[in-house]
Amino acid sequence: MTAGAADERWLAWQTIDTGRLVLLSVTSTLVIVAVAQTAAVHFQGAHLVAIAFGLYIAFGELLRLVLPGGRVAAPIAMSAALSYAMVLQVAPHHRLMNVPALQVVVVAAAGMAIGSIPHIAAGRRAGVTGMSARLVAVACVAFIFHPLSRHLFTMPRPAFIPMAILAMLGWLIETVISAIIRADDLRARYSVTLADELRVQWRLGLAVGVAAIITVYGAEVMGIAELAVFAGPLLVIQFAFRRYAGIRATYLQTVRALAQVTEVGGYVESGHSRRVSRLALAIGRELGMPEPDLLNLEYAALMHDIGQLSLVEPIPGGATLLVSPAEARRIAEYGAEVIRQTGVLDAVAELVRWQWLPASGGLRTPPLGSMVIGVANVFDDLVGGSADRDKIAAALDRLKLAAGTEYEPIVVAALASVTARLPISRL
Amino acid sequence: MGRLSLLTWFYVAAVVTAAAAVLVRVPVGGVPTGFWIVCVGLALLFLVCDSSPITLGPGQWVWSPSSAATLAAVVLLGHLGGYGAAIVGAVAVFSVRRGLQLVERLFNGAMYALAGFAAGMTYHMLNGKAFIDITQLNGVMTGGNTIPYKIFEMSLWPFAAAAVVHVLVNHGLLWGMLLLDRRTRASARLTPDWSLPLLLSSDLGFAALGLVIAVLWVVLGPFASAIVLVPLYVARWAMGQFADQQRAHAATLSALCQAVETKDFYTRGHSERVSRGAGMIARQTGMRSDRAEAVEFAGMLHDVGKLGVPTRVLQKEGSLTEEEFAAIQLHPMRGLEIVREIGFLNEALSGIVHHHERMDGRGYPMGFAGQEIPEFARIIAVADAFDSMTSTRAYRKAIRISDAISELRKGAGTQFDPKFVDAFVEALRRDGWKPQEPALPGSHQILTSQDHDDPFNPPRLEGT
Repeated sequence: MTAGAADERWLAWQTIDTGRLVLLSVTSTLVIVAVAQTAAVHFQGAHLVAIAFGLYIAFGELLRLVLPGGRVAAPIAMSAALSYAMVLQVAPHHRLMNVPALQVVVVAAAGMAIGSIPHIAAGRRAGVTGMSARLVAVACVAFIFHPLSRHLFTMPRPAFIPMAILAMLGWLIETVISAIIRADDLRARYSVTLADELRVQWRLGLAVGVAAIITVYGAEVMGIAELAVFAGPLLVIQFAFRRYAGIRATYLQTVRALAQVTEVGGYVESGHSRRVSRLALAIGRELGMPEPDLLNLEYAALMHDIGQLSLVEPIPGGATLLVSPAEARRIAEYGAEVIRQTGVLDAVAELVRWQWLPASGGLRTPPLGSMVIGVANVFDDLVGGSADRDKIAAALDRLKLAAGTEYEPIVVAALASVTARLPISRL
Repeated sequence: MGRLSLLTWFYVAAVVTAAAAVLVRVPVGGVPTGFWIVCVGLALLFLVCDSSPITLGPGQWVWSPSSAATLAAVVLLGHLGGYGAAIVGAVAVFSVRRGLQLVERLFNGAMYALAGFAAGMTYHMLNGKAFIDITQLNGVMTGGNTIPYKIFEMSLWPFAAAAVVHVLVNHGLLWGMLLLDRRTRASARLTPDWSLPLLLSSDLGFAALGLVIAVLWVVLGPFASAIVLVPLYVARWAMGQFADQQRAHAATLSALCQAVETKDFYTRGHSERVSRGAGMIARQTGMRSDRAEAVEFAGMLHDVGKLGVPTRVLQKEGSLTEEEFAAIQLHPMRGLEIVREIGFLNEALSGIVHHHERMDGRGYPMGFAGQEIPEFARIIAVADAFDSMTSTRAYRKAIRISDAISELRKGAGTQFDPKFVDAFVEALRRDGWKPQEPALPGSHQILTSQDHDDPFNPPRLEGT
């Protein structure tokens, strides 16, 4: 037992990847330098303003948002931090022209740290990586803005276009960092995760940037009260995104649960659809599929056996390997028909429909997703939930023999590298 | 909205007349051009907001942040704010929205005009100041000004009061309309599809945006103040996605349930109908709409566990062995096994597990009696038995709805909860019922000789 536990710990340590380590060390150095510098030269500018913005950042960090794909965002915190990095004047009489960029880092870091305490207290993740990404982005904006503000910006009011460019830059930096971390986490290709990240985040990023600019102008007239006045609309936006992310998660949960009907009915082995979907996802990532395709792949893999419901009696052991091609085709087509009934999952139905088709020499070339599901399905039929290395090697050999005819070679190769890298249980 | 009752017509006429009385008092000749520029700019903003509302629920509930534009007029114009806001609000008559009848348009315009006027008057009476000097045309057009902090400070609380007045007038007039409208309809109960406190607070939250728009106008000019639309559109996108995903989710759930039913020809459409029936009962008893929706989901999924019952048991003619009967009795628990991980179901799970309990305690799986049985399960039991009786089975034809109703009444108290039987009968009388369509099974269909739901032919144990 102890050896196993040590193994686990070693694996957990290994999951802290290079990207994350670099990010964390950069951020901690930044924070230490910033705190030391700020303490040495005394706090510049209004204390009240710094405290108000710091608390607002903490408030935003408290209201983190889980977006589809398990991404954690803190839009309100990010917009508050960006606006503090660019604000030059706060009514009635606070002037922040001489605030050094490092002080912005201190205030943002303090706000984020305070905001993450309730999360830690509630037993959730502290979200250090996400906060680091935001902090580095804000620091970059502050480092560019503050030296330039003396020359480029008409005093006392910063100009709109340069501010918009800077806000966009801040968002880009955060997105790029998140994409690097995500590529490490998911073992996916960096270019793919960056495209995914940009696609998922751009709307929220736009709202965050514009909100930051509105805050800068608003604070000039309304002072700190602006933060309270503008909180209402920001909360409504946050609420809208929360509901959207919530229903996305529910949808996935429902499909995952209902895909088990074939298992409860004794049509397939218990846990089969879940394992096939995990394996298919891992292969899809290895092949560099973008996120929307991966979502369709996951749905299709979960429901790939739904067509077996049309059988009077379950196939022995549930293995689709054992049925004739004609029967496999009928089952697949029936399953696709069921999924098409939903009216919204046509792409998923297409993947399920062609899963029986050989990679070459058939009616047509099946969609990549179908071939991935086909390979994952056969692999799971052969190996099951077992972590036995010999069994896995034998199954891979069998798949490799038929690669090029029955199965697509690049899919089989992807499966081989996925299984070599990770134990089945950790997929 | 359909046909309106006489009372509703009077109500609409009164509101429109009041708004017209306000609008004719606008001192058309005696205001500087700046007033009109502010009105036109904010009216455009209002139109854009009001033409792209966010759908909040399945009914007519739409919501838009357009009141922010009206309130911006209140702040920008000061003592003329009431008239300006009334003009901006009246623009709602022209919103680009499909399916709005002329009466609805007129009512909306009048409602927003009155709410704006009331807010403007409140602001002025509480000594709120104008943020812009409308006699300085240059300042109105280009921005570049600022507002002395003292003026802002003096105006903050009057603005808050104006926002509250706006929200109250707006919702008060709207609820008057809804109350009158609903009363003329068959469904007597007023169940909001969206919780009122949430609606009020989000309206107040967006009302605050009026102040932000006004400040941006002063600082950046009329066009730049439109950047507030960007975050609004992002929120709208997210809400739209939410609605799409919710529809997709419901469709997927229903399609998968239908797939489960293919195992048995005679029960096709059963889940769908039980879901509908359970929803009818829930709404009739005045259940909150989110709970009624959950009952519908539970009704949809109540028999999903039947898949765990071997086909040969379902097909068996005559009596069942004890083991086979046990297999049938297990289906609610098998159902739970499948849907347990679906987080949103919560209360619906208990409805699935206990839908075969009886009021006299002789049901399964737990043998609960009376109020021990979860509410959802008592509702589903009624709809379930009713649909089973009114559907054709291999061993009998469907029975008439009136006979099924008297059968339900007979079982009230022993098998069913009388409260829900009454509610169902009432709902059936009003809305009617579309039973299973009679059709002949094809040759490849699986035919079962058992229906565990059927109160006439409950599964019989061998030797009893």
